[in-house]
Amino acid sequence: MSDIIVASGLVKRYGEVTALDGLDLRVPEGTVLGLLGPNGAGKTTAVRILTTLLRADEGQATVAGIDVARDPQGVRSRIGLSGQYAAVDEHLTGFENLDMVGRLYGLGRTRSRERARELLERFSLADAGDRPSKTYSGGMRRRLDLAAALVAEPPVLVLDEPTTGLDVRARQEMWDVIQELVSGGSTLLLTTQYLEEADLLADDIIVIDHGRAIAHGTADQLKSQVGGERVELVVQDEGDTRAAFAALATVATSEVQRSGGGKRLSARVDAGQRALADVLHRLQEAGVEVLDIGLRRPTLDDVFLELTGHVAEERDNEADQDRELVGSKEGSR
Amino acid sequence: MTTLTETRRPAAAGRRTTPATVLADSWVIAKRNLIKIKRVPEILVFILISPIMFVLLFAYVFGGAITPADPEAYREFLIAGIFAQTVVFGSTFTGAGLAEDMQKGIIDRFRSLPMSRAAVLIGRTASDVVYNVLTLIIMALTGLLVGWRIRNSMFDALAGFALLLVFAYAFSWVMAYVGLLVPSVEVINNASFIVIMPMTFISNAFVPLESFPTPLRIFAEWNPVSTVTQASRDLFGNNLPMSAPSDAWSLQNPVLYTLIWTVVIVLIFAPLSIARYRRTSA
Repeated sequence: MSDIIVASGLVKRYGEVTALDGLDLRVPEGTVLGLLGPNGAGKTTAVRILTTLLRADEGQATVAGIDVARDPQGVRSRIGLSGQYAAVDEHLTGFENLDMVGRLYGLGRTRSRERARELLERFSLADAGDRPSKTYSGGMRRRLDLAAALVAEPPVLVLDEPTTGLDVRARQEMWDVIQELVSGGSTLLLTTQYLEEADLLADDIIVIDHGRAIAHGTADQLKSQVGGERVELVVQDEGDTRAAFAALATVATSEVQRSGGGKRLSARVDAGQRALADVLHRLQEAGVEVLDIGLRRPTLDDVFLELTGHVAEERDNEADQDRELVGSKEGSR
Repeated sequence: MTTLTETRRPAAAGRRTTPATVLADSWVIAKRNLIKIKRVPEILVFILISPIMFVLLFAYVFGGAITPADPEAYREFLIAGIFAQTVVFGSTFTGAGLAEDMQKGIIDRFRSLPMSRAAVLIGRTASDVVYNVLTLIIMALTGLLVGWRIRNSMFDALAGFALLLVFAYAFSWVMAYVGLLVPSVEVINNASFIVIMPMTFISNAFVPLESFPTPLRIFAEWNPVSTVTQASRDLFGNNLPMSAPSDAWSLQNPVLYTLIWTVVIVLIFAPLSIARYRRTSA
């Protein structure tokens, strides 16, 4: 299977700040690559270079075999971009927006109109299709923006943080739509700051921080890179925390971590099932009541923490507040 | 993994910019801008009210003071000046519209499409001609109400309107460039006021040039706002009977002089703006 997006050694500097510091990536045809990282990691810069909106200072990139710097117009006719902020005209109706985009792709009048109606139907916007998009909810606008990226059925789709700023329900709807595209065989480059999103949608994930890739693999590979399973428990009574801590520490192969006001404890273990039984036995002896206990595979949160020494979300929230992206916090759980 | 995409040929693959696609894309963009008139009627009301106000205020407040013997002659004289001022001010709209687009995500959409780069600007300046046509119609009707009459042939009068529109179109490119340089609607509005207000007042738009002190008079004689006003005044047949014509070459040949300005402005500012648009954010 051939690589439809190839980038090597992409560098972009803004004065003193290096936004991209030698990024490499490949997206084989028909697969989804997730570019995962906190705000300011360089995801959007990478996307802007690959979609010809920005020129790289160094490095090379091709999309569908075409060099983005040498033939940007050729690249543009083969990509569909859906951005972080819905790029639709608020005064135009959903239909007019899609029709306009179709005409600008050069589809011609009849085909543009057909596509516009088809896509409105497919994205559950048919009823709202003749209303100015100003009247749409955030989720509807984002779906319209995604529809605009699909108008010309481009072989490559680039989705830059498609769900940032959406509430939980709108995010789920967006995921359903994207999953449908993915199962239809689209080639997709997706950036996200949500670990859950990359896990759900991407075949392959590149974790990016400070403009460079710090890890690469499938979600499973990344998780196993962090190491085996973890025992996690929640005590009922805060007074029992100390005893539970001691019980967990005897089987742990890492430091015991506390969260949830001290009532939630977790630690990495080796032989998962035996360790769990062992901990349960010790808790029983110590007379500790637990609300919840279990073995779990590491999440991408753990991966990020392990790789960067910081949790992705903490930085997100600061940055989001700067940009006044209301609603992103509740969604970033 | 499915490889359905292998057989799917992208509908837009290999779209290249040709003169035909530039025109087609410009038309799409112009249509998009014009839809806004329909959706935000407040804009239209706003751009129509100020010229009507100008016609009425000048006609009745200044008319008696400037030509006490014949206020009606002043009203005729005035209309071409108001037309010129209004269409030149209309260019602010071009700058503000572009600045607004630049601030929004829509411009990234346009940039990521295989469309002509120039079309966003050509479409914008073209749609603003339509705004100017609408304002000219409203002002002409208001003018007729206060006593303005076309004294020459219809053909001459239409030539006068055409010249106003062509000159305003050139000015749109100046403001398009400014709109790309300072992408903020507020700055554009203030900047255009500061530049256009003196340009229209230090001209023969509202008063005969004889009353100006010499340095201002020379500026006014060569100011293209004066010449476009003079040209349409000549074509409408609205010159003041008692006022002596200026002997500056520009005002002796106002149509030619205005057209020279028009061509020079477009030749400078259209390529500048298009280059600027291509470069922004790259």
